[in-house]
Amino acid sequence: MNTTKTVKPRKNPVVMFIHKMGSPPWFYKFTGKFIPWFWLIFGVLTVWGLYLGLVKAPADYLQGESFRIMYLHVPAAWMSMLIYSMMAVMGFIALVWRIRIVEILAMASAPIGAAFTIVTLTAGSLWGRPTWGTYWVWDARLTSELVLLFLYLGVIGLYNSIDEPRKAARAACLLALVGAVNLPIIHYSVKWWNTLHQGSSISLTGGSSIDASMLWPLLIMAIATKFYYAANLLTRTRVSLLEQDIRKSWVREVLKEKS
Amino acid sequence: MLSVSDIVFERYFQPVFQPVSFELKGSELLLVTGANGCGKTTLIRVLAGILHPSAGKIGDLTGGMAYVGHYLGIKDDLSVLENLRFIRDFLGTSNRSCSELIRHVGLTRVAEQQARTLSAGQRKRCALARLLVSEAKLWLLDEPYSNLDQEGVELVDRMLSDHLGAGGACVLATHGAHRPDWAGTIDYHLVSGAAT
Amino acid sequence: MKAEPVSGSLSRAFFALLRRDLLLAFRRRTELLFPVIFLLVVVSLFPLGIGPGPQLLARIAPGVIWIAALLATVISLDGLFRSDFEDGTMEQFVISGHPLTLISLAKIVAHWLVAGLPIVLLSPLLALWMNLPTESLGVMMLTLVLGTPILSLIGSIGVGLTISLKRGGQLLSLLVFPLYVPILIIATAAVMASSDALPYTQFLGLLLAGLITSLTLAPFAAAAALKISLS
Repeated sequence: MNTTKTVKPRKNPVVMFIHKMGSPPWFYKFTGKFIPWFWLIFGVLTVWGLYLGLVKAPADYLQGESFRIMYLHVPAAWMSMLIYSMMAVMGFIALVWRIRIVEILAMASAPIGAAFTIVTLTAGSLWGRPTWGTYWVWDARLTSELVLLFLYLGVIGLYNSIDEPRKAARAACLLALVGAVNLPIIHYSVKWWNTLHQGSSISLTGGSSIDASMLWPLLIMAIATKFYYAANLLTRTRVSLLEQDIRKSWVREVLKEKS
Repeated sequence: MLSVSDIVFERYFQPVFQPVSFELKGSELLLVTGANGCGKTTLIRVLAGILHPSAGKIGDLTGGMAYVGHYLGIKDDLSVLENLRFIRDFLGTSNRSCSELIRHVGLTRVAEQQARTLSAGQRKRCALARLLVSEAKLWLLDEPYSNLDQEGVELVDRMLSDHLGAGGACVLATHGAHRPDWAGTIDYHLVSGAAT
Repeated sequence: MKAEPVSGSLSRAFFALLRRDLLLAFRRRTELLFPVIFLLVVVSLFPLGIGPGPQLLARIAPGVIWIAALLATVISLDGLFRSDFEDGTMEQFVISGHPLTLISLAKIVAHWLVAGLPIVLLSPLLALWMNLPTESLGVMMLTLVLGTPILSLIGSIGVGLTISLKRGGQLLSLLVFPLYVPILIIATAAVMASSDALPYTQFLGLLLAGLITSLTLAPFAAAAALKISLS
């Protein structure tokens, strides 16, 4: 009898987890458990943050009540940039390792990021009206956000223009990556362009420094938006997975379970 | 020379053809046949390295590869001679003179004419001349007989037997009735992947 | 399967391709005029639309000329890869074993010589039309010499991504204009600084840095884009 004992190398649990996540049915089941919680946390944090920001925080010394739109504008701006970075990172991983789920995650992020960018621009515009008397000003932040919106629209447009879904995703991921490399350059050149042409930089948060009581609602809203992103992203990804794998057995089982 | 195991290529999340495996040695011809739309062109393009397989392994190839497909890869605005000269300079091979190659494929009369003025069969011959310029060991041919008259078909068969006789290998995809007459032919019937 | 690189030297292949592209452009030389005419028409629209007041024109001259250069470049970009893509030559390049990066670079260089250089050469005429101060003409031409290659380089990535689309040209503008924003800002700043007798060499330095960076990175991205488009 063969008595040699072969020792299997212990696999790193993190690596195994990542490997499992690459499998569509597993990803679908695993993320499904988290999504309701993410929505719940998002809802609670948003209500709390808005309450603190719109009701409890004191009015701004310079801007009065209108500054409160900052609680929407600033977190949205942060998310618009964070999502683009995440999209670029996921795009890089998807391109190099050709992992389908990461492709889907990257593509699903684009519309969410674009939406945040539009919210940023709209909130900024509404903030601008009482502050400078006009709905639009070419300040550094708004102009950067506008260019960012064009970058997002480019990624979404390219993804929707190519017929074959995986080819489309790869092309759009490459574009996202190229945009990400350019983004700091665009950001700095716009910022600098603004000072060049207007002397003192006009900025929406210029003037008073931020008091602690104003900071808390901001941070809470910032965290809330992250949960929104996670919940929305995972929902979209799961739907895409069902669509793409519609002919596979695991999807048929899932649909059977639902009905 | 070329070994391939279980390659699959997916489009729209469906495999285009059933998994393909084969081993090809020197002086062998792999004749890929199958119905229209079963993925012959896709398979050839995967072997050529233009497409990345969704699964499976393709062994490393030494000795270079030449490909003639549906899109001939010749410039309409250049003459036959200019096209071949460019290919020769670009690939860095310099065996026979381009004029001799043009004579070999029967295009001497139109050598100085722009490729756009040639007939489909003449353009095909110009594209086939690429195989001779490249000095490659492996030929990948997708419908090499299309658009050719009887003389052209015989030319392809002659080129094939010269190449295979000298130790080269070839993967040839065709849906037509004509088969090259070569002893070392391996038949491979490609099945479309949409079966399941 | 990665094709083994062929015996030929890279530089021989590079120059063979460059020569070929220039020859092909020459064979279609009437088509080369279209972006040039476009450039002239676009610039002439500004006085027509805004009014011919010399001071106003001089004030907006750098921006107008540069924006016209952007538009003309984008129009000419489609020709960079389309012909090779559609007749199967691009596939052959991929199979040849030569790095697609170098192949893209050769084509971009040829494209700039044929489409970008005319913009530089026409700029004195455009400067005259827009009443740009003559002292600034030299700087304007310098920004164009440094900047139009960057436009071709970055644009090539967009072309590579959209080349498999039938109406790729329309999407191309959307993809590429945001990436052009920094070049536009820096180039016009240089010209405006020189008009105001302020130092401008730092802007030219930035453009040069941008040129070197895109020379090293853009062909690589364009090659990746082409490979995706071919699949």
